[in-house]
Order: sequence, then C-alpha cells, then structure tokens
Amino acid sequence: MDIDLITNILYAMIRTGTPLLIVALGELVCEKSGVLNLGQEGMMLMGAVVGFIVTLLSGSLLLGFILAMVAGVLMSLIFGLITMELSANQVATGLALTIFGTGLSAFVGSEFVGKPIEGLDPVFIPVLTDLPIIGRMLFGQDLVVYLSFILFGAVYWFINYSRPGLILKAVGENPHAANAIGLPVFKTRYLAIIFGGAMAGLAGGYLSLAYTPLWAENMTAGRGWIALALVVFASWKAERVLLGAWLFGLASILHLVFQGLGFSVSPNLLAMLPYLATVVVLVILSSNQTRSRLVAPMSLGNPFHARG
Amino acid sequence: MQQNPTPPRLTLRGITKQYPGCLANDDVHLDIAPAEIHALLGENGAGKSTLMKVIYGLVKPDKGEVLWDGLPIEVKDPAHARKMGIGMVFQHFSLFETLTVTENIALALGDDAGELEPLAIKIRTVSEKYGMAINPDREIHTLSVGERQRVEIVRCLVQNIKLLILDEPTSVLTPQEVDTLFITLRKLASEGCSILFISHKLNEVKALCHKATVLRAGRVSGECIPAEEDTTSMAKLMVGDDTPVSTTYPKRLGTSPLLSINDLTLHSPDPFGVHLKNINLTVNAGEIVGIAGVAGNGQEELLASLSGEHLCPVANTICFADTQVGSLPPDQRRQWGLGFVPEERLGRGAVPEMSLTENALLTGFLTGLVNNGMVAWKKAEAFADEIIDRYKVKAAGRHAQADSLSGGNLQKFIIGREIMQNPKILIAAHPTWGVDIGAATAIHKALITLRDQGAAILVVSEDIDELFLISDRIGAICDGALSPIKPTPESSIQELGRMMAGDFEQPANERSAAL
Repeated sequence: MDIDLITNILYAMIRTGTPLLIVALGELVCEKSGVLNLGQEGMMLMGAVVGFIVTLLSGSLLLGFILAMVAGVLMSLIFGLITMELSANQVATGLALTIFGTGLSAFVGSEFVGKPIEGLDPVFIPVLTDLPIIGRMLFGQDLVVYLSFILFGAVYWFINYSRPGLILKAVGENPHAANAIGLPVFKTRYLAIIFGGAMAGLAGGYLSLAYTPLWAENMTAGRGWIALALVVFASWKAERVLLGAWLFGLASILHLVFQGLGFSVSPNLLAMLPYLATVVVLVILSSNQTRSRLVAPMSLGNPFHARG
Repeated sequence: MQQNPTPPRLTLRGITKQYPGCLANDDVHLDIAPAEIHALLGENGAGKSTLMKVIYGLVKPDKGEVLWDGLPIEVKDPAHARKMGIGMVFQHFSLFETLTVTENIALALGDDAGELEPLAIKIRTVSEKYGMAINPDREIHTLSVGERQRVEIVRCLVQNIKLLILDEPTSVLTPQEVDTLFITLRKLASEGCSILFISHKLNEVKALCHKATVLRAGRVSGECIPAEEDTTSMAKLMVGDDTPVSTTYPKRLGTSPLLSINDLTLHSPDPFGVHLKNINLTVNAGEIVGIAGVAGNGQEELLASLSGEHLCPVANTICFADTQVGSLPPDQRRQWGLGFVPEERLGRGAVPEMSLTENALLTGFLTGLVNNGMVAWKKAEAFADEIIDRYKVKAAGRHAQADSLSGGNLQKFIIGREIMQNPKILIAAHPTWGVDIGAATAIHKALITLRDQGAAILVVSEDIDELFLISDRIGAICDGALSPIKPTPESSIQELGRMMAGDFEQPANERSAAL
C-alpha cells in the first residue's frame, strides 16, 4: 500500500466520520440527560434539505448551515414538547419523528433533487496540511470538520469538567433526586434535546452542503441510526464517540479501500460492520452487571413527572 | 414559652393541602424554636411527608402560612429553601450513584459550591467535626447505606444551616450508628440549629426530642414534651384510642426442623454484592427466627438463595424438611409450600403495572386460582378482595395498579397474599417496613398465628424492636456470615448490636458437628 493511498483513506475516514461525530455528540448530550431521541435520522434529513434549499436560493453556505441547525432544533422541539409536556413514550415519539422527518424532507425537497450547488471547500493550513500522512487527514479538511474537532473538545470538557455538565449527568441518572435538591430537570432536558437537534441539523447540512453537495431523498442513508449505535458503542463517553465515529467512518469507506487493493467484497457486507461492532460492544457491556449498570445514564428513556 | 422574646425559627399556620381523594394536611400548626429538636410523629399517610415537602418548597399548600424567623415567607422551591438555611435528609436518598461525594454535594449547593477541591477539604473537616467521617472522593455506589446517610447530612452541614429536616433517619442504621447520629444531632442543636425529626419510633423520639407534634389523618392530634410522656400515651395520640398499641407475644420453641441451611457458601456475581460465608441455620416448625443486620451485609443474597432466585451448586445446602431444594427454581419451592416476602416490593414482590388481582394471582396460582391452565378470575378477584379486606389495604380497589399504592399498603398486600396461602415455610424480609403501627400489629399477629399453626418462619429485618417482639430465636448477619442464633429471652439489644457489627464466632454446622 503506498503512502498516497493511506493518506487518502485517512482523509476520507475523517470526512465520512464527521457527520457521524457531530450527530453522535448531540445524541450523547441528549442521552446523558436521560432522554433517548430516536429521531436523529429525521432531524438530519430536515437539516439537510433546509440547508440545501436555503443555500441554493440565497447562495450563502453560512446561512444554509445556520438554518439547517434551526430546522434540527425545530424538529427536536416537537420531540421535546411531546415527551416532556405530554410525557409520551420517548422511543415511540423518536421513531415517529424519524418517519415524519423522512416524509417531510422528501416533500419539501422534491423540486430540488439533483440541482447543483457550490459545496464547502477545504481550507488548507500552511505547513500543517503538508505534513506526511496526517496532514491531509487533520488539516486539509473543510471548516465544518475543524468545527467538529472543536465541538468534540467542548462537549468533552462540558461533560467531564463543568458544573452544568455535572447537572446534566445528575438529571440523567436520577431526575427525581435532582428535582428534590432543586436542579432544573425540565430545563436541562430541554436544552439537551435542543442541542441534539442542532447537532443533527448541522450534520444533515454537512451532508447536503459539503459531503455530497446536492439534495437527494433519504440521503442520510441510515447515518442517524449509526450515530445512535455509536453512542452505545462509545458507552456514553465523549472520547470514545470521537474514536468510534472515525472508526465507523472507516468502516463505511472500506469497500473503496478494498477496491483500491484489488479485493472485491460486497459493500453491503461491509456496511454491516458498524452495527456488528455495536452488538459486540453491547454484549461485552451487558456481560458484566455492574458495568452495564453504571455505564448508561440510569434514567435513560424514562419520562419525568414533577410531583406535588 | 409565650414569654420567649425570640420568634420561632419556623412557624406553620393553618397549612392545608388537598390531593385528589385525600386531604393530606388539614389546618396544621407547628412551631419550631431555634436550637430545638422537634419531633413530627405520625403513622404512614398521616401527612408527615406532605408537610415537610411544604416546608422544603416541593409542594405548595392550598391554604396557610409559613413564617421564617417570625416573618411570613413563601418557599418557592428547594433551591430557595436551601438559601434560607433549610436542609433536608430524605428517607430515600437523593444521591447520584455514579458521582463522587464531593460532586453530589456540589450539585446540591448550587452556585455556592465553588471549586471542587476546596469543597472536598471542607467536607472532610465538617464531617470529622460532627463525628461522621466520610471520604469525599468515593463514588456513592461504593458506600454503605449508613455512609450514604452521612453524605446527606454533611451535604446540609456544609451550608449555613438553620433548620435540618430528617425523614425517618434511623430506619437504616444499627443501634450503635443511631447513637452516633444522636450525638451529632445534639451537638448541632446546641449550636443553635433547629431540627425537625420525623419518625414513628417512639423510643427514639423520647430519647432525642425536646418537643413533639403528632399528626393523625392530616390533622394535629396533639403536642407534647416526649421526655414527660410515656410511649403508650404518645402512641395513642398517633393511632387514636381504638387501636391496641403494645402487645407482647408468648415465645415458643419449635418442634422439628423444617428449614435448614447447611454450609451455604455462595459467591455473589455482583462485585458490590456480599459473598455468603459458610452459613448454617435451622428453623423449626412452629417458631419464628429473626435475623438482624445492617442493610447490605448479605441479606439480599441470603434471601435470593432461599427463594430460589440464586440456585445453589449443591442441592442439600438448603433443605425443606427432608427435601433437598438448593437447586430447585422458585416455583417448585413454592409448590413445596414456601411463602416469600421479598425486600423489594415493586419489582420482586409485585409487578408495578399490574392490578392487585393479577399480583395476587402471581403467587396465589397454586391455591386453586388456575384450572387446567385457565385463570379463574372470579376466584382470583375474591382472593384479592379478601387480602385487601383482611389486611386493611388502602387502595382504589382490586383493579388498582400495584404502583399506585403507598409503600406501606403494598407491603400489607404482599404479606397478606403470602400468609393467606398458609405456607409451611414463610420467609419475610422487613415485614412491616414503612407500615403503620396498627397494620404492623395486624401483620405481627398474623405471623404469630401462622407460627402457632406450625409453620417455620424466618424474618429478616433491620427493625430490632420488631425482631425482639416477634422472634423466638434471634441472630444477626454481618458481611455474609451468620451469628449464632440464640433464644430471644437470652439475648439483649446490646448483644445483638455487637453481632450486627460482626463481633461473633460463626457456629459450625449442627449436623456435621453431631456426626
């Protein structure tokens, strides 16, 4: 294998992993608060279609990305209202959100399928980009990839070192106890849901504005689900989300790698890898009672009713 | 008292709170002076919890006034209460298991917590000053129940505290730990902090509290100075005149062994669990054996191995009469005649989302409620009704979901369900935990009756008074080992307390010793 191939694989790995990383970071924060939002796929699609249309009509990528996030937030607010105010089942609501988002994005975007836009260009950094092997991988990417590095750092710091992060974990572990000592359970969960929505919107926008700058129906192709699996795979740790996103990114371009090397393996088989990896991790986690008890946010998926 | 120039720390005037179908508080008045230890006495459902939630800002009263240092105030929420200097130690701890002691306390302090490191030092100092040392860096799930309570108390003490509310704080402690807690509370009160001590244990109230307010059915039924009352008169205030409050039961010696545990050693799969170490025990037909112990010393594991939830590798480690049941699953043990009241009511004792009828059916299916695989619903309903009626279970009816009942009422239901199947062996964990005096007496009587019919009964409880009241023989479990079992009249609370702390020689197997 020559250096160029490795460089390209690493570059593509990060690029493919970026939307996964962004949406998984959002879902991580959301799940840390005890809310399981299965609507990632729907929120991403809405972000993708809105971002694309806005950029196509306005010519501004920045505006496209911003409104993609707004679209994600609005979608997540639907989820928030139904699960928080009406205490509906989170799993059912999340699934409905995905189905709704898939349909609505196809409807809204039907006239924009196949239209071309100018996508996001990579931004090279002097000296760093020219480093062998990792130069292109880490410093030859576009701005959203760099933003994803910053987002990772911010989420990592937030969860592990900040006081609001501590509150987030507390609410996710035991909302009743949190309420009893006066922590704002509803507010925390809402903010976490909204952050998740914004990240899903951004990741969707990245797909339609940078990764493959066009709109196609259902273009997220299951990335929202991979992100959900990824959070479990990472056992709710930010640093493992980063690693996992890139690994899953690698897995989804493996068929290209194999082609380059002259093997032929069905891409469908390779596409299973992330899910297979997640199942393996789940089995490992649940093989140890204590670990499985302590690793996931304990109230995950349970609605909170304020009493009194 | 009226000449006292300083206003009370806290005054409640005419507090009324109506819940759907239940008047929780009805025109309640309460005064707590600075430096006073004030008891709030009452049975389950008397309105104690609602009242303290009103004080702590968790519940808004429909009517009435709260005065703080003589000035009217509206406590908006717990954060506000904390700012005012009110601290609360809940019966069910509001701690976060995966976080450290310091992180937990930092969360409760809100924005005043500051950096974690100075806070950890403060926690260490404060906890040592009040004689209840804790390591601030430990994660909560590694702590014992007693230690968790210390965390809750220290959490209040690191703030500028003026009123400390404790909800049934002694229910999880050994007698020695209770003494330590009382020393801490007295010291705290001597420094000017008011304490509201919520309890239904009259002896403790008498030993600790300066004044007492007694609630019954949401109303203040009396006020007294506990030191000048005897426990019977206070109990009368709590339960009314018509309920007999103190009884003693004749002790019996059993006949032949019905339940025997032989050299039971069991490794717990849970790394935080307790390993059972070489346990030997015989319970005879017609006797009640009581096992005391601080929570988390192997009770759960012992109960699980007796119920059949954990199977033993060797069948003869557990025998019902001559049948080796160690490797039999729970349903076959029940078919033999085992009744079992688990510690965990919702989840093990009852299915939370199921109705009482369905829950009655779950263990009562052997008593003719199921014919050829078909449920006889009429009979099941009649069975559920009978339990509800005989054990005075307060519920919306047999259709009520198990988790809609209060803890004490569900406990009555589960106990009733097991006893009414006339088991040959009954194993009961904390049979009257959270149950009011009247119902506790009824449960005790039912246990005694069952014993007199020749059943072998094993009671595992943290309530030592209860164990002395009903047990014919008594012992303690500590760190997975079982103390020698002595006839109750030959034992004492002090001796049992020492055994609970692990101060005993483990007895050898009676059978193997005899060989």
